[in-house]
Amino acid sequence: MMLGTELQLTAQGKLKHFLAIEGLSKALLTEILDTAESFTGISERQVKKFPLLRGKTIVNLFFENSTRTRTTFDLAATRLSADVINMNIATSATSKGESLLDTIRNLEAMHVDMFVVRHALSGAAHFIAQNTAPHISVINAGDGQHAHPTQAMLDMFTIRKLKNDFRQLKVAIVGDILHSRVARSQIKALNILGADDIRLIAPKTLLPAQIETLGVSVYHNMNEGLKDIDVIIMLRLQKERMANALLPSESEYFKCFGLTAKRLQLAKPDAIVMHPGPINRGVEITSSVADGEQSVILQQVGYGIAIRMAVMSMAMQTGGTGV
Amino acid sequence: MKDNLNFNFLLDHLESSLLAAITDRNLQNPLMVGIHTGGVWVAEQMHHRMAIAAPLGLLDISFYRDDFSQIGVNPKVKPSELPFNIEGRDIILIDDVFYTGRTIRAALNEIFDYGRPEQVLLGVLIEREGRQIPLRPDCAGIAINLPSGQHVKLSGPEDLSIQIKTIGQAG
Repeated sequence: MMLGTELQLTAQGKLKHFLAIEGLSKALLTEILDTAESFTGISERQVKKFPLLRGKTIVNLFFENSTRTRTTFDLAATRLSADVINMNIATSATSKGESLLDTIRNLEAMHVDMFVVRHALSGAAHFIAQNTAPHISVINAGDGQHAHPTQAMLDMFTIRKLKNDFRQLKVAIVGDILHSRVARSQIKALNILGADDIRLIAPKTLLPAQIETLGVSVYHNMNEGLKDIDVIIMLRLQKERMANALLPSESEYFKCFGLTAKRLQLAKPDAIVMHPGPINRGVEITSSVADGEQSVILQQVGYGIAIRMAVMSMAMQTGGTGV
Repeated sequence: MKDNLNFNFLLDHLESSLLAAITDRNLQNPLMVGIHTGGVWVAEQMHHRMAIAAPLGLLDISFYRDDFSQIGVNPKVKPSELPFNIEGRDIILIDDVFYTGRTIRAALNEIFDYGRPEQVLLGVLIEREGRQIPLRPDCAGIAINLPSGQHVKLSGPEDLSIQIKTIGQAG
């Protein structure tokens, strides 16, 4: 594997950085899900805050655009009572030529406690974790085409909430797998949590080579792949990452791989439809499905806050004796 | 050293003490909240005995502990459930053992994140000497003093009983 993951855990096996799903045990993923579960009641309170990270400073370091992820990280940190700084990279010194390490050194000098990093380059969060001061934790909020572990965990949380036992589940991930860091993290998490059948449904041009080695079955036909499925995860067609013409046209793509109400009927009657967002309506999914009864897309966003609270609070614990 | 205190005797005593305090402080239609885990067991008994109409509230103060940075977050935390609006209400807060006062500080902080109650009355089964902050219960089943190497604990939820153990000793 291109990135070592031993960096993620302390000597006591506690989460220090959250960079990727690989290298983490089923027990630790379950601990993240359980911790997130205990944060879900917060929205019913008058004061939507826990004092766990009071006095800690978290820097959102987003070198790539994001709305949902940054907002939910921001909200999660705020609900844990941390102070949050959103670095606007477009107007920061990075755009004036400052190196990533210089940016990090400067922020360290301001005594911050955590970096939440999104970067267009695979391995950026890992690089920062390797080079930052020992007391700082790093959370990967998406690096290139490598990983987006908090998105994968909020998807696992959504699935567990609505479907309970992973061992009985047939899950289909549909669309642009090639460019999707979300799909990579989801496949790993589903494998670790023991999903029965993980299917990838995509045109050949949008699948990485040798993807079958990750413990998935591959389908190029939507109607075959959706049969008896419990969970459908639609992926966004990442137009901005498509340097080469991998598809004839968007309308052609929709015809073959778009999720319509009719196709949804091939899945189990109680199947749920997920999408990490943002949605290209009419390209990978119709509005009637995205807004339909089986869609849990907005629930995913809400659960994203609980998962990010869990990961942040777990990474900020110093790992004492537990007494 | 192993010793037992009679659970039902302490419960009787706590009940009569609470009833007197309710009259003294003129609590109106109070709500009851138990602190997870032992406090909830005591509160369940007391809620039944005192025939409180509103459902029992449960508080898990793990996210409010002052030692989070040392011990971390426990994934088994149950979300607190206060199935009522506490704004302007009188609350009876119940725990099993009062010792340093830190649990109650955390519980009060959490309660006030749900709203602003009119009054909070604290009832505990056992008040143990050893306060570290200026808080103390309004009502207690018994007040005791133990050597620092000893630990008093309510075990349950079946056959609730009180155990006094020496720390580090098995059993």
